Amino acid sequence: MKTTQTPAPVPAGEPGAAGPSAAPAGPPAREKKEGTVLNVFSHGILVIWAIMVALPLVWAVMTSFKDDRSIFSSPWSLPDTLHFDNWSRAWTQANMSDYFLNTVLVVGGSLLGTLVLGSMAAYVLARFEFPGNRFIYYLFVGGMSFPIMLALVPLFYVVNNMGLLNTIHGLILVYIAYSLPFTVFFLTAFFRTLPTSVAEAAFVDGASHTRTFFQIMLPMAKPGLISVGIFNFLGQWNQYMLPTVLNTDPDKRVLTQGLVQLAVSQGYKGDWSGLFAGLVMAMLPVLAAYIVFQRQVVQGLTAGALK
Amino acid sequence: MQHGKYRFIVGFLAVPLGLYALFVIWPFIQSIYYSFTDWTGLSPEFEMVGLANYERMLDDDIFWKSLQHSLLFALLLPVVTIGLALFFSFMINVGGRRRRGGPAITGVRGSSVYKIVYFFPQVLSIAIVALLFAFAYNPDSGAINSLLRGIGLGELQPLWLGDPDLALWCVMAVLVWSTTGFFVVLFSAGMASIPAELYEAALLDGADRVTTFFRVTLPLLWDTVQSGWVYMGILALGAESFAVVQIMTTGPGGPDYSTTVMVLYVYQKAFRDGQAAYATTIGVALLVVTLAFSAVVLRLGRRERLEY
Repeated sequence: MKTTQTPAPVPAGEPGAAGPSAAPAGPPAREKKEGTVLNVFSHGILVIWAIMVALPLVWAVMTSFKDDRSIFSSPWSLPDTLHFDNWSRAWTQANMSDYFLNTVLVVGGSLLGTLVLGSMAAYVLARFEFPGNRFIYYLFVGGMSFPIMLALVPLFYVVNNMGLLNTIHGLILVYIAYSLPFTVFFLTAFFRTLPTSVAEAAFVDGASHTRTFFQIMLPMAKPGLISVGIFNFLGQWNQYMLPTVLNTDPDKRVLTQGLVQLAVSQGYKGDWSGLFAGLVMAMLPVLAAYIVFQRQVVQGLTAGALK
Repeated sequence: MQHGKYRFIVGFLAVPLGLYALFVIWPFIQSIYYSFTDWTGLSPEFEMVGLANYERMLDDDIFWKSLQHSLLFALLLPVVTIGLALFFSFMINVGGRRRRGGPAITGVRGSSVYKIVYFFPQVLSIAIVALLFAFAYNPDSGAINSLLRGIGLGELQPLWLGDPDLALWCVMAVLVWSTTGFFVVLFSAGMASIPAELYEAALLDGADRVTTFFRVTLPLLWDTVQSGWVYMGILALGAESFAVVQIMTTGPGGPDYSTTVMVLYVYQKAFRDGQAAYATTIGVALLVVTLAFSAVVLRLGRRERLEY
C-alpha cells in the first residue's frame, strides 16, 4: 500500500499533479508541502486503523489452531501445527453445534415473522387512512428510542407468566416484537414510495385487499424487504441482551450466550484453544456472508439511518 | 377501495400490534408503575411505597458511579467515534489526489478496500467482540501485553481490565473499535450524494482540504452526523455497553465498580439481587438520561437546513 509519497521534484507549474493542493490560486511551493505532509500523515492513519481492525481477527483465527500451551507462552507466534482437533472438540463437546442450531431456529423464525408482520403493519399504515393511523405509527416508531433494559424486568415476568420462558418460540415472539419499530418505520416509508396505480388496478379486477398485498405489493417491495431483512438478520443473530435475560436453560442457549458461558466455564477447565475455535466458528458465517453480500449488507445497514 | 377496508386493516394490524403491545409497550408501562412499589420480583406480593425507591437511588453511591460512567459513554464515545469516522470517510471519498484523466474529486488509493475492512467489526456480535478483547487484554498472556513485550516495552505491563483507573477506558476503546466502521460507511454514503460541482468550485477558489472539509462537507453532511450522534449515544447507553461491561469486566462491573454502567446495574439489581422494583427505578432514570441526551443533541445541533 502507498503509505509514503516520495516528494519527487515536480516541475514548477505542472498543473493537476497534486489534486486539491495544486489548485491554481495558491503559491505552488507551500501548497505542495502541505499536500505531502498531510498525505503521508493521513495515509498512515488509514493504514494503522485497517491493521487495528484486522489484527484482532487474524489473531483469533491463528489462536484457534494452536494448542493451549503455546497460546499462553507465545500468543503471537504462528501455530506449530494446525490443531484442527480444537475445532472438532468445540463443535461436538463444547455444544457449539447445539448453539448454532438454536440460533438458526430462533433467527429463522423471527426473521420470517418480523418481515411478514412488519410489512403487513407498514402496508396498512402507509396506504390506508383511518382514525388512529398516526397514533399507531408513532407508537411503533417511538419504540426505537427507548432503552430496552427498562422494559426487560417486567418483560421477564410477562414471558414467564405465559409459560414462554426458556422456549425457542417465546424468544422468537419477543425478537419479533423488538424488531418491529425499525421494520415498520423503514417499510412504511418504502410502501409510500410504491405507485398506487398497480394495486388499484388489481383491486378493480376483483382481487381482495389481502390478495393484492401478497401477490402485488410484496413482490414490488422486494428491495426494501431485503434491506430491512439484512438489518434484522444481523441484529437478531448478534442479539445478546434478550436471550441472556429470557433464556436461562443451558440447552436453549444461542451462540452469543453459549460462547460467553463457555468462556466462563472453560476458565476452570482450561480448554482455551477449544474456546477460540468456537469464537472463530461463530464469527465465520457472518464474515463470509458480509464478504459475499457486501453491497447489500452495507445498504441494508445504512439505509435506515439515511432516510 | 372501500369494500371490506376496515376488516382488512384490523386483520393486518391485530397481530403485529398485539405482539408489540404485549412485549414492548405493556412491560414499559409496568416498569414505571413498579418503580413506586417494593416488589422483589421473587414473589407476587408487593406494596406501594411512593417515592422510597427514588430516595434510595439518590443516596446510592453505586448508582451515581454508574450514572457518571453512562454519561461518559454517551458523551465521549460519539465524539471519538464520529470524529474518527468523519476523518476516515473524508479521506476515503474526497481526500485523494487528482489522477490524470480521473475525476476531480476522488478518494485516496485503496479506498474501496478500506471501506470493506473498516466495516468488518460491525457485522460481528458485540458479545463475540467483547470476548475476543477480554483475551487480548489479559495481563499475563494476552495479545496486547505480549505485543508490548515483543517490541521492547516489557516494563510497561498494565493490568488493563484489572486496573480500576484503566478498565473503563479499555471497555470504551472496544466500542470505538467496533462502531467506527459503521459510521465510515454511513458518512461515505452521505458524501457520495454531495454534488461534485460544489467541491470543484471550492478547489477553484483555492480551498485546501481542511477548509473544504469544514466549509463544504461537514455542513452538507450535518443531518447525517446528527442522527448518527443520537444513534451512537443510545447504543452507548443501552445494549452495547451492557454486553461489553458484563462480559469483559470482572465482577461484572469492574474492580471497585469502576466500569458499572446504568444498564448493567439495572440487570444486576433485578436478576441477581432480587430487587426488581429498585431496578425499574434505575431504569426510569436511564430513560430520562436517554431522552435528555437525544433532546440536547437535537437541540444543540439544530441549524439551518442546507439544500443542494
